[in-house]
Amino acid sequence: MKRYLPFLIIIAVALITAATGLWLYKTKMRPAPRREATAANSLPQKEEGKLGGPHVRGAVNAPLTLEIYGDFQCPPCATTTVVIDELQQEYGQRMRLIFHEFPLAMHAHALAAAMAAEAAGAQGHFWDMHDMLYRYQAVWSKASNPERLFRAYAESFGLDMAKFEAAAKSDETRERIMAEGSAGAARGVVNTPTIFINGEVARGGFTQDNLKTALATALSAKPKN
Amino acid sequence: MAPLTLSPGAKVAYVVMALIALIGLADATFLTVMHLTGDDSLCGPSSGCSTVLSSTYASVGKVPTAAFGMAAYFVVFSAAICCAFGYPRVRTLLNCLVAVMFVATLGFLYLQAFVLHAYCPFCLLSAALTFLLAGLSVVTPSSR
Repeated sequence: MKRYLPFLIIIAVALITAATGLWLYKTKMRPAPRREATAANSLPQKEEGKLGGPHVRGAVNAPLTLEIYGDFQCPPCATTTVVIDELQQEYGQRMRLIFHEFPLAMHAHALAAAMAAEAAGAQGHFWDMHDMLYRYQAVWSKASNPERLFRAYAESFGLDMAKFEAAAKSDETRERIMAEGSAGAARGVVNTPTIFINGEVARGGFTQDNLKTALATALSAKPKN
Repeated sequence: MAPLTLSPGAKVAYVVMALIALIGLADATFLTVMHLTGDDSLCGPSSGCSTVLSSTYASVGKVPTAAFGMAAYFVVFSAAICCAFGYPRVRTLLNCLVAVMFVATLGFLYLQAFVLHAYCPFCLLSAALTFLLAGLSVVTPSSR
């Protein structure tokens, strides 16, 4: 019996690991981030009604510019977006937000989500789709056919669905997103979310306190420019 | 192949290596699940877990990097158990794998420190465990 004991131990550990991993996988489903409507959502938004970014929310002449390179399927991006919304509510006209597409290849539906957001943006609803995608990230990111959900979101904004679907599948949209990703990579972006405040990359965890400190530093440095 | 008799020191060292590998296996399993589910809530709000786990280095194709860690720790555990029960031929596999893990860990630490500028506590735990395994594999006496 002792001869087989090591192999029995190895098999037992393999089974326990597989069972625990599966159990954890099934139970640790990320809840969708819940966000109430904020003042940030009612700030002036640059939505030209055509394809192309970057997408800007906030006052054009704001002393603070927070740029985020985001992936709609990246969980920390959703969390950080909630923090940014709260900050934009607090800073009001003193801060503007610029969103850059940076879909990561590791996320199966990130590109499709970015294309849906751009397609909605072509009809002046980029930020509506942006908010919707992050709010329900946990839902569509697990779906086998997320495009069906994206269409439902677009319908809820009252978009012209023929135009939306054409734009969401077009090579032009894909190329524009890829170009924005390449531009981000050229700025040193390798992961999401990556944040620039007045052109300077922000480091560390993107908690409200950390970002507030970075914004305050940028605000105090502004007159020197 | 009949089991050989080990020195008491070697036996203890292999058992300790197996236990360390078991902790590493649990850690890598947890990291893999976090990557697959996107649930990084246990990392804490200010940790770099999210940054590390959502980076382009966190997966190879569609396979989470942590899953390779799971496989490596499982093989190390199995080899250490076999060595502890007197199958010393497995020691070569054990030492080679630990050496590969050591080099990979140095690479991951470099990425966290100089590319991502963020540290994931669970990845650091894995690094510490790999360093312990490497140290033990060097000092463990050969079987008689």
